[in-house]
Amino acid sequence: MIADIQQLEKDALAELENARAEDSILAVRTKYLGRKGLLTGLLRNISQVPIDEKPLFGKRCNEVKEILETKIDEALQLQTQGEKEEILAREKIDVTLPGRGIRSGRMHPVIQIRRKICDIFASFGFSVVEGPEVELDYYNFEALNIPKDHPARDMQDTFYIEDNIVLRTHTSPVQVRIMEKVKPPVRILCPGRVYRPDSDVSHTPMFHQIEGLLVDKGVSFADLKGILTAFLKKVFGDDTTLRFRPSFFPFTEPSAEVDIRCVICQGKGCRVCGQSGWLEILGSGMVDPAVFQNVGYDAEVYSGFAFGLGLERIAMLKYGITDIRLLFENDIRFLKQF
Amino acid sequence: MLVSLKWLKDYIDLELTAPQLADRLTMAGLEVDEIKTIAHKFSGVVVAKILSVRNHPGADKLSLCDVTDGSQTYSVVCGAKNIKAGDVVPLAKIGAVIPGGYTIKANVLRGEKSDGMLCSEAELEIGDDTSGIMQLPIGLTLGTPLESALNLGDTVLDVSITPNRSDCLSMIGMAREVAALTGKKIKMPVITIKESTEEISSLSSVSIVDADLCPRYSARMIKNVKTGDSPIWMKTRLEAAGLRAINNVVDVTNFVMLEMGQPLHAFDFRFLAEGRIVVRKSKVGEVFVSLDEKSRILPENTLLICDGKKPVAIGGIMGGLNSEVKEDTDTIFLESAYFSPSSIRRSSRHLAMPTDAAFRFERGIDPEGVIRALNRAAQLIAELSGGSICKNHLDEYPHKITAIANIPLRLDRIREMIGTPIANKDVMRILKSIGMTVRQEGHGKYLVTPPTFRVDIEREIDLIEEVVRLYGYDRVPTTLPAVSVTEMAVIPRLDLEERIRQLLIGSGYSEIISYSFTSPASVEYLCLPEADARRNFVVIKNPLTEEQSVMRTTMAYGLLETLKKNINNASFNLKIFEIGRIYQAREAGELPEETNILAGLLTGKTSDDLWGSKVNVDFYDLKGCLENVFYDLKLDDCRYCAEISEQFLHPGQSCGLYVNDTQIGYLGQVHPEVMQKMDIKTTAYLFEINIDILEKQINRRITYREISKFPAVTRDVAFVIPFSMEAKKMLEIVLSQREDLLENVVIFDIYFGKGLNEGVKSLGVRFSYRAIDRTLTDTEINSIHDKIVHNTVRLTGAKIRA
Repeated sequence: MIADIQQLEKDALAELENARAEDSILAVRTKYLGRKGLLTGLLRNISQVPIDEKPLFGKRCNEVKEILETKIDEALQLQTQGEKEEILAREKIDVTLPGRGIRSGRMHPVIQIRRKICDIFASFGFSVVEGPEVELDYYNFEALNIPKDHPARDMQDTFYIEDNIVLRTHTSPVQVRIMEKVKPPVRILCPGRVYRPDSDVSHTPMFHQIEGLLVDKGVSFADLKGILTAFLKKVFGDDTTLRFRPSFFPFTEPSAEVDIRCVICQGKGCRVCGQSGWLEILGSGMVDPAVFQNVGYDAEVYSGFAFGLGLERIAMLKYGITDIRLLFENDIRFLKQF
Repeated sequence: MLVSLKWLKDYIDLELTAPQLADRLTMAGLEVDEIKTIAHKFSGVVVAKILSVRNHPGADKLSLCDVTDGSQTYSVVCGAKNIKAGDVVPLAKIGAVIPGGYTIKANVLRGEKSDGMLCSEAELEIGDDTSGIMQLPIGLTLGTPLESALNLGDTVLDVSITPNRSDCLSMIGMAREVAALTGKKIKMPVITIKESTEEISSLSSVSIVDADLCPRYSARMIKNVKTGDSPIWMKTRLEAAGLRAINNVVDVTNFVMLEMGQPLHAFDFRFLAEGRIVVRKSKVGEVFVSLDEKSRILPENTLLICDGKKPVAIGGIMGGLNSEVKEDTDTIFLESAYFSPSSIRRSSRHLAMPTDAAFRFERGIDPEGVIRALNRAAQLIAELSGGSICKNHLDEYPHKITAIANIPLRLDRIREMIGTPIANKDVMRILKSIGMTVRQEGHGKYLVTPPTFRVDIEREIDLIEEVVRLYGYDRVPTTLPAVSVTEMAVIPRLDLEERIRQLLIGSGYSEIISYSFTSPASVEYLCLPEADARRNFVVIKNPLTEEQSVMRTTMAYGLLETLKKNINNASFNLKIFEIGRIYQAREAGELPEETNILAGLLTGKTSDDLWGSKVNVDFYDLKGCLENVFYDLKLDDCRYCAEISEQFLHPGQSCGLYVNDTQIGYLGQVHPEVMQKMDIKTTAYLFEINIDILEKQINRRITYREISKFPAVTRDVAFVIPFSMEAKKMLEIVLSQREDLLENVVIFDIYFGKGLNEGVKSLGVRFSYRAIDRTLTDTEINSIHDKIVHNTVRLTGAKIRA
């Protein structure tokens, strides 16, 4: 009888080995362990086993039952796993197809530069102010020490609306408007559109400037150098070399152009810097006493500096754009690059 | 200003290389834009002498010459007629290369051997003269390469002179500046005048009628001149400075203007009626033909130089054709004057004649340099054209031009402005190096008198600038200002714009920047009504083009133009926006109204990918994007009002946009007719929002509301209503019943068509009920819900769909 059990175990394991599908595994279970199964049948016949063999026979039967149950469970487990994997395999997709949904848009490069510069000056305590783009000749020129019939007017060609109304040629008139309203200390930044009748690869009739003004007691040319150096290093990097050189603006004196070492050729001389190795970045200077007089500030008590820079120029240098007009053609293939 | 270094060296010893000098000038405020090299364009050309000339036996137009370079004799065939034995000429020997890359080879011309070529000025590109072989000065050493014999080749600095530095618009002015920078002494040209016995006052006179415009007028006369070509040295100097040589009289006036900064004019005396000069303003309608052979009607009060009868020059701007120096001119009347800078500027601008003379006069010349330049020019004319200078000069000087003197300067003030002390001795040294007379007035105080050519120096600050400029900007330290703490003013609108910008970019919209000016036709394309305020343009008087001649009154047109350009570039899917201003004209003399606008445009597919969504965008895509913005800005009360729209929008797919009952803009599909007019073959949706108005509607206060812990119960009802009835109306009626427990009402389905009658639609509405303090019972909900549905049916005439 013991031999029967051994044989049964052997047969059952062999059948289980061959059972692949869930059905056949379950069939093996029914055949051996089911209510009418072979092992159950053996156990049912325990009465016919000689008495002295009974304990061993029972023990073996239970052992085989346990072994078969475990093996069948394992087989079923494996089987489900396989099917799950098969389902997952069927659900495979091509992950290289493009994703669906909204791609974010882009901020205009000039606005990006504007934001960066405003953020830097905000960290220096400058407030953003605004003024009209269609401006009185008085604010655009005269209050800035540029009288009518003065050659300094040649520095900025002008769009006229009426004899005394112009499209502002720079953001400097906002200085005057603010100083008329506010007593020092003044620390302002004025970004905005400006206009000059000019159109070629490096000029558009409309462009953007940022004007800055700081007025207080005891502000000096050394302070101008300090603030603008800190600013330009934040924009172009700490290792930027810059130089201040004398220039002329009617509303500042002394005046300075600020150049940085050419970012393209590192000063060796190239087409972008006109072989000079330097790039003009901004104009600046100590506010001319004549301007203070026009707004009712006492030039003996207060001093200050102003500066202005063109945003397009910075954007062009930063992104390697060679034709300024691209910035206003609004070709989406251009805009998407920034 | 083009500065020839060879010429500059006439006035100063220069040890710096051109790049070194350029750097020193640039760092002193005289920016050098470019360093140009002028090189001769030939090689192998030498100075040679003609030994004999005889006719070519086989050709009438050619001659045979024997020429020598001092060591060897060459036979040359020549076609020019202006040569004779003894002439010194340029000889291009065999192997020489002349401009254009031609190499001279041994040649046989009509049976005669030619061992080289005699050259004209034009052939060597030394000058324009093509009339014959170039005649060289007799004294030149034979065999010398022509370039060294004539001292050709130069380096020229292109210096940009700022409007304040009129004193640097001359070679001597530049030399003065170089002297200040290098410590060298300047060498002024020595002027020696050999006068004849004939008194100028016996021949001519000057009377100034309008002395305010012409404070000083001086003149000299040179008789018996022979006009002709200027010598090579004069021509090369003028050309290096960018001027063309004309003749030995006119060239001298230009040369002295470039040398000393004083514009001059030479009249042919025989054309001056009554032999005299009258300086006066023009009358109404006076016509004048200037040297450029253009006839102009002069604006009233233009300063004229007249003779006894008629105008002969526009003062300080250009001479007249009627008194031009000609080939047969015999007597020169030479003018050197000082004109009022602002008057010259006004006239030169009105007449659009920005001449070299006007450029210098309007910036201010040295009032004390008038006579010096007059004498210098008279001397050179006499030297070059062989004339004799009449005795004395005329000098009408009714108004003494007062020079600024004794400007106070404080050492303390320099330190305050610069932020670093500059020593007394440095200040003195710097000021003296640029010709200032400095008088010390007590400790750290000076009285400074600038030289008369420095017309830009009037105030203490002007002196401080000179000091720091020559001290060196690079020697000023960098410090950070010790400023007072001030409150930062904020413009709330800018924060709003930034927020909107981020939201739109997040929704896939890219920012554009369009020109603020537009075409007057924009309003025609948009079919704006005659009375529409947007037709009231701010007009530019001097536009670059018609398309940019008025300031925009709407952003819609610019967006459509951008759309069109992109479609032409095959970019069919666009989501774009712009934040900028529009400009509305007010009364004449008043500044226009500038309004801040947000505008955007949407067209093409909902998504850029081609394999997934193939759906075209529609009204609700644009509306959804705006709703998202308003949601973020916590604007709850937004209305989309179909009754209010724009002419250029589709009447059935557009609406006015209201926040808190205030119109802030519009949105909708662009009218197909507008698209057709603009020749844009697609469908597009656009919006414009007035940011200034929107900003006022924003309430940034947020108050927390308690959240219920109890479940919500929903009930769905399908109302059948007339097709034309807006969903918004339904919801308003539901919400108007103000039932506290009704937490939310949403539309979850729209249906029309099969199973429903014509002209009606079914609106699926989901009601959601919840209480803050308890779970609602079915009975409770049913009684409220039935009441609401009943009332809604009663108020709208809707039917409930089973």
